[in-house]
Amino acid sequence: MSKANTIAPRDTAATRNFGNTLKELDWRRYVIYIGFVVVFLFFAVLLRDQGFLSPNNLLNIFRQTATITVIAVGMTYVIACAEIDLSVGSVAGLSSVCTAMALSQWGLIPGILAGLAVGLVVGSVNGALVSLLGIPSFLVTLGMLGIAVGVAQWITASAPQPILNDTFNMLFGSGNFGPVPGLVVWSAIFVAIGAVVLNRTRFGRQVLATGGNRNAAEFTGINTKRIKFQVLLVSGVAASVAGMLYAGRLQSGRFQWGAGDELSAIAAVILGGTSLFGGFGSIVGTLFGALLIGLINNGLILAGLDSSQQQVVRGAIIILAVALARKK
Amino acid sequence: MNTADNVVEMRSISKGFNGVSVLKDVSFDVRQGEVHALAGGNGAGKSTLMKILQGVYQADAGEILIGGKPASINSIQDAKAAGIGMVFQEFSLVPSLTVAQNIFLAAEPLGQGGLIDDRAAVRRAKEVFAEMEVDVDPRAEVARLGTAYWQLTEIAKALAQNATVLIMDEPTASLARHESEALFELIDRLKQRGISIIYISHRMDEVYRLADRITILRDGRHLLTEPLTAVTPEQIVEGIVGKKIEGQLSYRARQAAQDVEPLLEVRGLNAGLRVRDVSFTLRPGEIIGLAGLMGSGRTELARALFGIDKVDSGEVLLHGKRVSLASPQQAINAGVALIPEDRRAQGLVLEHSVQDNLLLPLLGQIQRGPLLDGARGKELSSSLIKRFAVKVAHPHRPVRLLSGGNQQKVVIAKWLGTDPDILILDEPTAGVDIGTKSEILDMIRELASAGKAVIVISSEYPELLAVSDRVLVLKDGSIIRDIPRSEIADEEYLQLAVQGV
Repeated sequence: MSKANTIAPRDTAATRNFGNTLKELDWRRYVIYIGFVVVFLFFAVLLRDQGFLSPNNLLNIFRQTATITVIAVGMTYVIACAEIDLSVGSVAGLSSVCTAMALSQWGLIPGILAGLAVGLVVGSVNGALVSLLGIPSFLVTLGMLGIAVGVAQWITASAPQPILNDTFNMLFGSGNFGPVPGLVVWSAIFVAIGAVVLNRTRFGRQVLATGGNRNAAEFTGINTKRIKFQVLLVSGVAASVAGMLYAGRLQSGRFQWGAGDELSAIAAVILGGTSLFGGFGSIVGTLFGALLIGLINNGLILAGLDSSQQQVVRGAIIILAVALARKK
Repeated sequence: MNTADNVVEMRSISKGFNGVSVLKDVSFDVRQGEVHALAGGNGAGKSTLMKILQGVYQADAGEILIGGKPASINSIQDAKAAGIGMVFQEFSLVPSLTVAQNIFLAAEPLGQGGLIDDRAAVRRAKEVFAEMEVDVDPRAEVARLGTAYWQLTEIAKALAQNATVLIMDEPTASLARHESEALFELIDRLKQRGISIIYISHRMDEVYRLADRITILRDGRHLLTEPLTAVTPEQIVEGIVGKKIEGQLSYRARQAAQDVEPLLEVRGLNAGLRVRDVSFTLRPGEIIGLAGLMGSGRTELARALFGIDKVDSGEVLLHGKRVSLASPQQAINAGVALIPEDRRAQGLVLEHSVQDNLLLPLLGQIQRGPLLDGARGKELSSSLIKRFAVKVAHPHRPVRLLSGGNQQKVVIAKWLGTDPDILILDEPTAGVDIGTKSEILDMIRELASAGKAVIVISSEYPELLAVSDRVLVLKDGSIIRDIPRSEIADEEYLQLAVQGV
């Protein structure tokens, strides 16, 4: 067939190549972007009188999805590596609490370090149990979900921990960097670094190879145990940063922050085209997955649906999108 | 020719994928009670033709006649109803179920009240095995049985569904020699019962042993259909490859320097139960063949040398210096590469592109700072594709879409890109057509001539004898013989040596 192409006159070869390219273009991979545009246009027309298109509302969508985006970037690595991390929501809650307590006790820098330490410790424990003991990540992180939220509730006696440090609040979520809301900047940083590392570094390739066929990766000299450890560490740290963003935006640490976020993050990752079975991952897709969820939430609120109806519609849209995106 | 004898007749079948024609006007028929061999290179269209017969694909043009009547086979269920059974190359059994449960999967005999009657299933499975004249316990869990029993279960499954035509694709690929012989006898018995068999194999001796007629496909076209009494092996090989292959499978004496320092020296190596006190040396430019029965420790020795299995004791010297090979990373850094025996499970990430697979062990070479250099990666992968003549339409398409022979070339190319000093190949030509096989054997010879040291593991003696300068015979994890090639007269001699006579 390649021979035929070289023999054929140039112009027909070009048109056929273009036709083939169109045919081979797998539109399923782009269903998230198509879905995003369709839902956006739908709300833009339907809710034009409710101020959906106002710059303020659009910025709000970005702001509200920032924490999910940050968590979902970490989750993309985990899922692309054929693992799962259910503990991210609780880690965010625990991180917000630890940051708030350390802030009031010792000041800004110790507060930030305390939050990051939560992610490092939980991520390492998850990673070690999965890679060294070979326990399925589903079970390890399911257990950790309970432990992290329990610890957060325990050390605070269920009480909210107010954060009075303005610098922290400005840096993490409440403030703007120039004209841009801080939360938007944070998610942009995570998406940019996440995308470059996954697509353009050795680590990223090794994550995808380990997720695609762990045996072959091992035979190729990749230390797959280390890779599994690292993805869970990345996910833990991303979740702890998300916890600090909750703390800064809401100016307090509470064990409830982030509750249930693991499900939104997983939905965002899968909507974005990352394979639940590992081997493929798209960070930009994940961003749009998170934005689509935010868009739907926002639109449904503006449309005046109550929260029970919102849940039903949201669930239906997610199922529909994943059904369209699945491979035949 | 009397078409009424034909249990299956495929007339002028054509099929294309995405505008690429795979089968062009192919006709194929099977008579009752015959073994009909289907041959052709990788990508010749054999599997597509068989998938059309099984209802996996639908032909773009042409018709299928079953028992002389036109039939429309649009699904696997249709094919089963028409009496066509498949013995899969990758077995299609559920390991956690019993033999009887597998045989009647989705066709379970029901008792009163619509519940599954397991006892009836066991009874009927016993009947099927009795007809096949083999002894298999229908209550045994499939996972606990060896591959030979898996295959018998597969065949029983097809027969239990009243199959009159069985398609067997490389059925001996994962069988030991005596198991293959038992399979051949079973095929003879099935033939006598009037069951027809379409037999796909690259192994010429099997085709001659079993088949009544042979059909050869080349590049999606029907080349010939002849009784085997009317064609010579040379004609078949030439038909498959499209050119004469001369001497590729015969040994060419090469002089490996005897006085140079050994590249690899293994002393008293013990690893697990299957590598016991193994010592040998390997010089640059030398090709060693490892012979032995299944379970003799050939693969385990390779795994230990590549750092996958833990070494319990003994030492390995490379270039005269002691090295530790505790992980594949260390082995790769020391200049060792292993082409594993199972290319799909161990060699490739099937869903990833050809290029990604080729570059996986070479990521260090295309790094610029912390980032990977896309342009350099592309350059490197296309140079590997060219150097090893991998037939690939597009390096960005999944490697899964390539034929078996080309997949194997990707695995070899990926490893040779690391420029290893020592290359270990475990069954490098399993499931590969004869044309690609001779290319791979040539590749191995070239490497040795370039001063590399090579270890080849193979169950096919002709292949082993074609490349090895020395053959180590393993038994129960130990080397029992170390024979220079010049002392091995023929295949027979090696076979006796392997059996420890």
